[in-house]
Amino acid sequence: MSRFLQRLLGLSGPQPPHSAHGLAAEAGTAPTHVPHKDYEGAKTGMWLFLFTELLLFGGLFLVYAVYRQMYTHEFHAAARELSRVLGVANTFVLLTSSLTMVLSVTALQRGDRRSALNTLFWTLFLAGAFLVIKAFEWGVKFSHGLYPGSEQLRELPLGEGLFFGLYFVMTGLHGFHVIVGMILLAVVARRVQDGRVHSGDFVLLENAGLYWHLVDLIWIFLLPLFYLTN
Amino acid sequence: MHEPHDTPQATGHAAHSAVAHSAVAHDDTAHAPQPYAVFIQTWLALMALTCVTVTASIWWPGAIGTAVAMVVTPVKAALVLLVFMHLNWEPAVFRWMFLSAVGIMAVFMGITFIDYLYR
Amino acid sequence: MSDTPGMAALPRSYLDPTGGGGLKSWIFSTDHKRVGLLYLCGITFFFLVAMLLGLTMRAELLAPGQQLVSPRVYNSLFTLHGVIMIFLFIIPAIPGVLGNFMLPLQLGAEDVAFPRLNLLSWWVYMAGAVLALLSLFGGGVMDTGWTFYAPYSIRSGSNVSLAVLAAFVLGFSSILTGLNFITTIHRMRAPGMSFFRMPLFVWGLYATSWIQVIATPVVGITLLLVVLERMLGIGFFDPARGGDPILYQHLFWIYSHPAVYVMILPGMGIISEILPTFARRTIFGYKAIALSSMAIAAVGYLVWGHHMFTAGMSDLSRVIFSLLTFLVAIPTGIKIFNWVATLYKGSIQLDSPMLWAMGFIFLFSIGGLTGLVNGALSTDIHVHDTAFIVGHFHYTMFGGAGIALFAGMHYWLPKIFGRRLFEKPAKWAFALVMVGFNTLYFPMLVMGIQGMPRRYHDYLPEFQPMHALSTVGSWIIATGILLMIWNLWRSARHGEPAGDNPWGGTTLEWQTTSPPPTLNFHGHVTVTKDPYDHGGHA
Repeated sequence: MSRFLQRLLGLSGPQPPHSAHGLAAEAGTAPTHVPHKDYEGAKTGMWLFLFTELLLFGGLFLVYAVYRQMYTHEFHAAARELSRVLGVANTFVLLTSSLTMVLSVTALQRGDRRSALNTLFWTLFLAGAFLVIKAFEWGVKFSHGLYPGSEQLRELPLGEGLFFGLYFVMTGLHGFHVIVGMILLAVVARRVQDGRVHSGDFVLLENAGLYWHLVDLIWIFLLPLFYLTN
Repeated sequence: MHEPHDTPQATGHAAHSAVAHSAVAHDDTAHAPQPYAVFIQTWLALMALTCVTVTASIWWPGAIGTAVAMVVTPVKAALVLLVFMHLNWEPAVFRWMFLSAVGIMAVFMGITFIDYLYR
Repeated sequence: MSDTPGMAALPRSYLDPTGGGGLKSWIFSTDHKRVGLLYLCGITFFFLVAMLLGLTMRAELLAPGQQLVSPRVYNSLFTLHGVIMIFLFIIPAIPGVLGNFMLPLQLGAEDVAFPRLNLLSWWVYMAGAVLALLSLFGGGVMDTGWTFYAPYSIRSGSNVSLAVLAAFVLGFSSILTGLNFITTIHRMRAPGMSFFRMPLFVWGLYATSWIQVIATPVVGITLLLVVLERMLGIGFFDPARGGDPILYQHLFWIYSHPAVYVMILPGMGIISEILPTFARRTIFGYKAIALSSMAIAAVGYLVWGHHMFTAGMSDLSRVIFSLLTFLVAIPTGIKIFNWVATLYKGSIQLDSPMLWAMGFIFLFSIGGLTGLVNGALSTDIHVHDTAFIVGHFHYTMFGGAGIALFAGMHYWLPKIFGRRLFEKPAKWAFALVMVGFNTLYFPMLVMGIQGMPRRYHDYLPEFQPMHALSTVGSWIIATGILLMIWNLWRSARHGEPAGDNPWGGTTLEWQTTSPPPTLNFHGHVTVTKDPYDHGGHA
């Protein structure tokens, strides 16, 4: 991979020996044997938690599907209010943050702590960018009198009010998960920094990554539902 | 009065506490890290697919645009799941669990629609 | 307790205070056995509160007209009774108490996969309980029924939001427990214990845990939407704003029907533990019972609409839900037949756990059969929202899950506390509960068919004899339950020392001391036999 790309992504390449615990080279030699730690078990637990998040949003997707079927025309009409540009921008932002996230996990797996931290900070930055764009987007809506419970919303044709209600609830819940994700990533970044999470025991970073990817996954579905519907 | 059963089911040895390891061998090295290129390529594919759906929704608003989205979006999701979230390289049980969860969700939606579509 | 002079080398029992003891060592303990007992305190308290509410309702219904409480208060009584019994008692009880205590022991493990998460799930349970109690004050106790149906739950001036928030928090506790158990079962079985050598109680917990993980979030989001609706008036369930109240019911029952399998599957697992032990022979059809738990969980996701036959769904969906509902009776029936077959040519010991187990089979069968009446679309139109439904779900939830909990407490009390039961009061309590139960609930089945509605504060004079009988039944059963609880408490403190295996059980928990040491076993555990191998019996 080109040096330029590496530098851009904050991947500083192979590390000097003291921090290198490349898994490919040293199969099975963890720096310290910690009993009672179960890597597969920790991942299993995380995946199970992700299923609960899927079903949580799934309920909202069900509500969306029902009302879209009921009010197809009104949903299309209401969707014109939303900015496709901002929605797509946020999609690019989140997809890229997913990339930097998985690069971070991979880097740490290879013992490249510096790169892991770099890409982790990129992920946090992109997450912040997402929230800024979202806040701006919502701000514009609010300034037009479109917010949950507003008079304006109440006066819209029936299905349109529901569209906006779903828009605020679903992107709001998603945004809440972005904030939680950022806090989680910050905590993990700290632990990577001081060495508690390292190439011999990185499941915390990996699990945080799984959570982050879920946030991205949900947005992948929110995009066409709200921003590409017209 | 019941006699305690002399079942050889549990064999007691030394008095030290036992860490009950699971019947599955711990193989923490089964997942050698993928090369960075795999992830970068996947990311490029995701960006491209996003452009496809957006373009389709602009050029063919309505049924065709929606159809494209309904096909492309799950593909994007699959890429994130299989590559970024490592499902492709995890033990099969993870894939089965995921499919069960998503399957049940699909069933919830499907059966609910039997109500709404036929009212 | 289990330490005697000269045996100082033995590990301490989990009950012995470790270098300090006191409340802190309990409420901050990550030992699954202590967490189980913490749950026991919570669920016992809430069961008694909800029982008191039930007794008050029955007292009100002793005669037509108002006896004790106004209609508004009556509405709050049945709402609270339902919310507490379902969310604070039945759903958490068996997994939280007996599941937490026994799962690692039955697997041959030291603890669950995530001990700290386990403690957290209890803390979250208590937080939800506090929220639920708070909703009793200021603003009016909720009166929507435990089902919180829109539109009334959106418009009611009572403390719906707080109560709904409590249920949301309690859902988290349930999810954490389920997540913990699934991981524990996949990762921490002792060497030699394949999936088909696991005890059936574990299978029950496994199926239950999947339901907890998959279904609970759906009610979570639904309750969140109710709160948002109350605060923001978006219109998701409000026809005036384009919404559909039936959608609320769909979302609610998508969780709440599988929830009843969360209630019953662990209980059925307990029965599968007790019968082989007290018939001194192996369970009949182990694999069928194990797989039927999974089948019930799976099919149970598909039938929620049978709670909504009169709500306004399409005809096609009603027919389909009815058909699917009949399907779920099949794996349930398999269990019942296999249990009865287990008793055939067995050497039956009629100790109190066995009596409770047989009581379960009797009561749950009645509940299940009445369920067929409800599942058939044509008859359900007639009995929906009548006392027949109330009788049905009490026979299944109380006569099923509740009795199974009692059975499990009697079966495992010696293991948990190291003491034997006082059998005589135990049997008296059993008799009182059985007589009281049927006196209390069978009249409801009769009245319901005759047209007595549910959730009604008043009724026509012709229903009075049945109502009066039912109320007398409530007094009998309450006496039996109080006697039972008192006896369990007394036995735990003053019963004869139990020894490792007072009942002659074959599963792993009986291979360690009573009470177990903190790390559960006194050495390595390897499994070489099937779980109910009583040796020599067919």
